[in-house]
Amino acid sequence: MQLSVPSDRQAFTRDAYGDALAELGARRPEVVVLDADLSGSTKTSVFGKKFPERFFNVGVSEADLMCTASGLARSGKIPYASTFAVFGAGKAWEMIRQAIAYPGLRVRIVLSHAGVTVGEDGASHQMLEDLALMRALPGMTVIVPADAAETRQAVLGTVDVPGPVYIRLSRNKTPVFLPDSYEFRLGRATVLRDGSDVSLIACGQLVYPALLAADLLQRDGIRARVLNMSTLKPLDREAVQACAQETGRIVTLEEHNIYGGLAEAVARALVETHPAPLHAIAVQDRFGLSGTADELLDYFGFTPQKIADETRKFLKATPA
Amino acid sequence: MNLRAPQPVDTAPSRAADALSAEDIRELRRGAYELRKDVVTMVYKAKSGHPGGALGHLDVLWTLFARVLRHDPKNPKWPDRDRFVLSNGHTCPGLYSVLARCGYFPREDLWTFRKLGSHLQGHTSSKHTPGVETDGGSLGLGLSQGKGMALAARLDGRPTRVYVLMSDGEQQEGQPWEAAMGAAHFKLDNLCGIIDYNRIQIDGPLPKIKEIEPLADKYRAFGWEVFEVDGHDIARIHDAFVRCRKVRGRPQIVIARVIPGRGVSFMENDYKWHHGSPTPDQYSKAMEELDAAIRSF
Repeated sequence: MQLSVPSDRQAFTRDAYGDALAELGARRPEVVVLDADLSGSTKTSVFGKKFPERFFNVGVSEADLMCTASGLARSGKIPYASTFAVFGAGKAWEMIRQAIAYPGLRVRIVLSHAGVTVGEDGASHQMLEDLALMRALPGMTVIVPADAAETRQAVLGTVDVPGPVYIRLSRNKTPVFLPDSYEFRLGRATVLRDGSDVSLIACGQLVYPALLAADLLQRDGIRARVLNMSTLKPLDREAVQACAQETGRIVTLEEHNIYGGLAEAVARALVETHPAPLHAIAVQDRFGLSGTADELLDYFGFTPQKIADETRKFLKATPA
Repeated sequence: MNLRAPQPVDTAPSRAADALSAEDIRELRRGAYELRKDVVTMVYKAKSGHPGGALGHLDVLWTLFARVLRHDPKNPKWPDRDRFVLSNGHTCPGLYSVLARCGYFPREDLWTFRKLGSHLQGHTSSKHTPGVETDGGSLGLGLSQGKGMALAARLDGRPTRVYVLMSDGEQQEGQPWEAAMGAAHFKLDNLCGIIDYNRIQIDGPLPKIKEIEPLADKYRAFGWEVFEVDGHDIARIHDAFVRCRKVRGRPQIVIARVIPGRGVSFMENDYKWHHGSPTPDQYSKAMEELDAAIRSF
């Protein structure tokens, strides 16, 4: 797979979302978009400018946002509801549960500004619990795209999924590194780099530093496999099992609290298929804090160097 | 008893005729009391449930379904139908009895209410029950969902009107006011709210828990057209719906003042019957009272 690593190109996943919505809107008249006063940030405004009659800004009303989307879905529309992850998945969680997940409606909940890379706004805005909240809902599909290109594919590729879908996006610009040939497949992980000593299973913007960490490990003769686990639910259990069988040890990487996200999803798949040691690189049960996105990635141990160091320590502690 | 089965009408904006005859009114009043018997029996057989609210709002609900709502029990998903959203989902025995009477499912199904395997869940579930449009149980969520349906109807140029029944206690939530502000902003004149104004809630009389007055002024201030009616006066209820239909450019709300537990003397105005099941003696007494009322019409 021809990856652009290191990549000299960066893009916002939320820009890719706005453009994908505009593309969808032209093709699919039943697509409608809702936002709660953050359309400039989530980029739903791109759709709003092109299709004003199908765009509803409900104001600062996240509960109303999710339930209005529910009503539109019940009348045959395919609503995309967006705001920041903390307000959408947090404040309006019960509305998503009662009015979207319980009836299994075709609502797409696309929330941006997830994770510590929100930056200077600090802990109140740095959603680190959304994957746990969304995974817990029966029938909810959960996707964390790795870069802008995959975001576009994930948005376009899930329009006809019968039930609700959650897509998690970031505030910051992130490297565009997936090859042109990359194909997003719902529920399928992609091996981006093969290896036999350890598997780095990552999602979202930590896939890229995981690839760079694999380069660093290679210098020490450690061959790391890197997986992009962009669908957290349904999880690709076969891919996890293959990692355990073929590489023995697993490291997970996510910009999320250590509870309820990728690490726990992978851990369960491991225990149920092929038990193997696992080390979770995640936020260690705490809230975020103010700083630049890059400073915070370093602070929380998400840089290639720190990922490589953690992986070495883990391998030393769990000899093959 | 000869109740007219509701039939869809394709052309008129609403199937409500402008006035009811004396015979219509008598028939509707009698029908609502027949449905009250079903509600009490459902809660009695289920050994749980919420009779107070349902008994209170059945005159409104039956008038709406029998003479106002454009719907087709043989084609529950008819795209041009009017929508009825029960936001206070715990009062579902009322809606279930109405849906059975309209022909959405057999009346015998009512006696399976709240039992394992029944399509009649303890709170409304759209996946389980034909004719049920949304999922209730968590208060405050209905008006926003009705607003979404109203927006969709307008986008598609459908004649659909959306009716959302809410409880008075529910007005203590924040979300109805998010939705109320939004519906006025979007000028949704195809959206009509109904307040089941019975002045009780689980923990006691509403004024003792958290007063919601002045409710009519609140909705007026939010840009709604407000109608206040005696929720047991069928002519007035019907008239309010007819007038709602004629409003342009803004949503409407019908505040229906009702007696909770209406028709069963020991349940009337007693907040303790918000939920609860009658004993066998209480059940017999309730049925005798309701039968006596029906004979008097």
